[in-house]
Amino acid sequence: MKHFSISFIVGGGLTVLFLMGALLSFFWTPYDVELLNIKGKFASPGLEHLMGTDHFGRDILSMVMVGTRNAIAVSLIAVGIGATIGVPLGLWAAAKCMNGSRLIDELLMRGNDLIFAFPSLLLAIMITAVFGPSIINAIIAIGIFNIPVFARISRGAALSIWPKEYISAARVAGKGVSRISYEHILPNILNLLIVQATIQFSIAIIAEASLSYVGLGSQPPNPSLGRMLNEAQTMIFFAPWLAYFPGGVIVALVLGFNLMGDGIRDLLDPKLRQRSITGKVSNDAS
Amino acid sequence: MTLLKVKDFSLSINDEIILHNINMEIKAGKVLAIVGESGSGKSMMSSAIINLLPQGAKLKGKILLNNDNLLDKSEREMCLHRMNDLGMIFQEPMTALNPLETIGTQIMEAIKLTNPKIRYKDLLKKAELILERVEMDKNRFPLNTYPHKLSGGQRQRVVIAIALSQNPKLLIADEPTTALDVTTQAKIMKLLMKLVKDYGIGIILVSHDLAVVADLADHIVIMRKGKVVEQGDTKTFFKSMKHSYSKQLFDAAKHKLYEKNITVGSEVLLEVLNLTKEYNLANKKPLKAVNNVSFTLNRGENLGLVGESGCGKSTLARCILGLEKFSKGKIHIAGRPFYGQKELRRCINVVFQDPFGSFNPRHTVERLVAEPFYVLKKPLTTFEKRVKVLRMLKLVGLGDGDLKKYPHEFSGGQRQRIAIARALITEPDIILLDESTSALDVIIRSQILDLLRDLTKKLGISYLFISHDLTTVKNITNRVLVMKDGVIVEEGSTAEIYKNPKHHYTKSLIEASPDITRAIKSKEENNNENTL
Repeated sequence: MKHFSISFIVGGGLTVLFLMGALLSFFWTPYDVELLNIKGKFASPGLEHLMGTDHFGRDILSMVMVGTRNAIAVSLIAVGIGATIGVPLGLWAAAKCMNGSRLIDELLMRGNDLIFAFPSLLLAIMITAVFGPSIINAIIAIGIFNIPVFARISRGAALSIWPKEYISAARVAGKGVSRISYEHILPNILNLLIVQATIQFSIAIIAEASLSYVGLGSQPPNPSLGRMLNEAQTMIFFAPWLAYFPGGVIVALVLGFNLMGDGIRDLLDPKLRQRSITGKVSNDAS
Repeated sequence: MTLLKVKDFSLSINDEIILHNINMEIKAGKVLAIVGESGSGKSMMSSAIINLLPQGAKLKGKILLNNDNLLDKSEREMCLHRMNDLGMIFQEPMTALNPLETIGTQIMEAIKLTNPKIRYKDLLKKAELILERVEMDKNRFPLNTYPHKLSGGQRQRVVIAIALSQNPKLLIADEPTTALDVTTQAKIMKLLMKLVKDYGIGIILVSHDLAVVADLADHIVIMRKGKVVEQGDTKTFFKSMKHSYSKQLFDAAKHKLYEKNITVGSEVLLEVLNLTKEYNLANKKPLKAVNNVSFTLNRGENLGLVGESGCGKSTLARCILGLEKFSKGKIHIAGRPFYGQKELRRCINVVFQDPFGSFNPRHTVERLVAEPFYVLKKPLTTFEKRVKVLRMLKLVGLGDGDLKKYPHEFSGGQRQRIAIARALITEPDIILLDESTSALDVIIRSQILDLLRDLTKKLGISYLFISHDLTTVKNITNRVLVMKDGVIVEEGSTAEIYKNPKHHYTKSLIEASPDITRAIKSKEENNNENTL
């Protein structure tokens, strides 16, 4: 019997809740998010509009649902880009570092440092400013500053696996660097990458919200949590719900992913799994 | 005078019985040896005496130190006892010292605990004196030396010095030499003996190898599965022992000499010619880890390579396996130059030292053993692979049910069997055994050695056996190379090298290797002298 930690249950619960809401918005939202209803503007939260309406009379709940969907989609793709480029780069650098050519390793990692050195949000703003504000550019920008994170963490973890004897045994069997990286190293550093991915995911949510807050993310009329906050800013004194709901959703999303990351780390950590002396290791997480 | 008495002692941790009804006794100035395989509870016994046990431990019975029951003490009183009466030496000298502090600070810290008002000048003097007692030259190793500058044996001396600094009455040494080379082991053991003689300290020596302790111990306790199987005075123990487990331990320690009737073919399988491997060090001359080494290995031959750690034997092995590029020289496998190409890799495979580190923890046994098939020209089908893997597992003494298991479900000995299966699966001509039995208990070790001997004979495989221990090599090879500082200093047939070694280094190796028959003989001589 596996023990789920409280953080995993709370974080996973929050994440699943938002994912369901986001998925639901594909098929159904209480109102059309592009439907303007000037007569019903600034309706406070009630039975008709669960989260109220904004200055155009749009339904906040519908907008939050679609906005969450956008935020999750942007973060998912961006983290995906970061991982698919960063992890192979890191594995390659580690392999090069362990087998001769230090130069390539150095070049790769110093290039990484260069990207790291830029404040990530500024980098994203620069990219969207140059190529124009759009949801695609936001994805690319967030994706780029995810690359060094994954490259660095996978390089470090891979370096600790390379000296193991089973790697030597695989090399004696004639396996090449890329095959060893894929067959032996990647599965053994996957825990770490999964945990890092959940953390990067929550960072990406904030990045997406920040970008659209300054108007560089998804463009109207496509709703986004960040821009909803921006618009709520001037009306916060007489329609505070305009800020409460999107803001609350961002906080809960980030909290959910962070807690889930912690939970997954505890779950995958073999040291924590083997803590009891008498208990057998319950499963080999793979 | 009885120093420590363990009476009807039982220990359980989280309701699992670890030790059951232990009785033993140690006198001042004597050595008590606790011998048993891993998991026999011998380390728990030594931890129980100083009461450093994991949480959830429940104790029963009595541990009397000078007729004072240690089990009744509070943690605070126990601290005083640990400070004044008990000392402990751990197995792993590499991690027993704090790497951030000098050896002087660490010794002085211990002195200060028992003697808080001591003046700094006296403190320094005392620390130097103690280092001298463990035979560490104060000019070569001043008090401001950091642990990373010391070798394993030297560190173990510092650990002993720290234990001694509080003038303990009883020293508990938990496998103090298992992590060390045989030559260093002999020196440390000698030092411990001297301490017993000169200062009248009682020592509890924990080990898995009867041969190591037979020479030193006055009293031997054999433990298995948390129980004392048999115990007795060393002088008479080996003659009077009755329990089958004691006999098994004795046989495993006795090392039979290698059978001579093997046929060495004339075909040269592996030829190493003037091999040199240099490492470039910053601001220093390049280090020649392997220096101009040449040897051959013929078909059917069982060759041994012996030397202490750091002599370059593992580097040599890695060069032969194509894992490391060498600086100069040539390696020929089956008559063709080898530099790591795939066609020749088929001819050679390896069994590594660490049974825990040599498997990917996420692969099943089937996948692990089948890995070398990658080297074959024609890929096998899954079914063919499985048939071969199953046959191999049977050969090394594992069952069909083990196919789908993961490495962590096996013991060290079983894992080494899997490693052997992996090495032999492609039927290579040569296998390289790099300290393949060093991490194993003696009984398991002798089983694995027997298995290796039988299998290589059955399959007609030649091997190169690398070890720091001459006795193990003696068991399993017909020719031996002795290596020191990257150079092969002596070469010859095992029997001859053992009988009359020429190089002084070989002699010291032979003297250092624990030998139970020799130990018993010397004990008996001592005995006779005493009675005369």
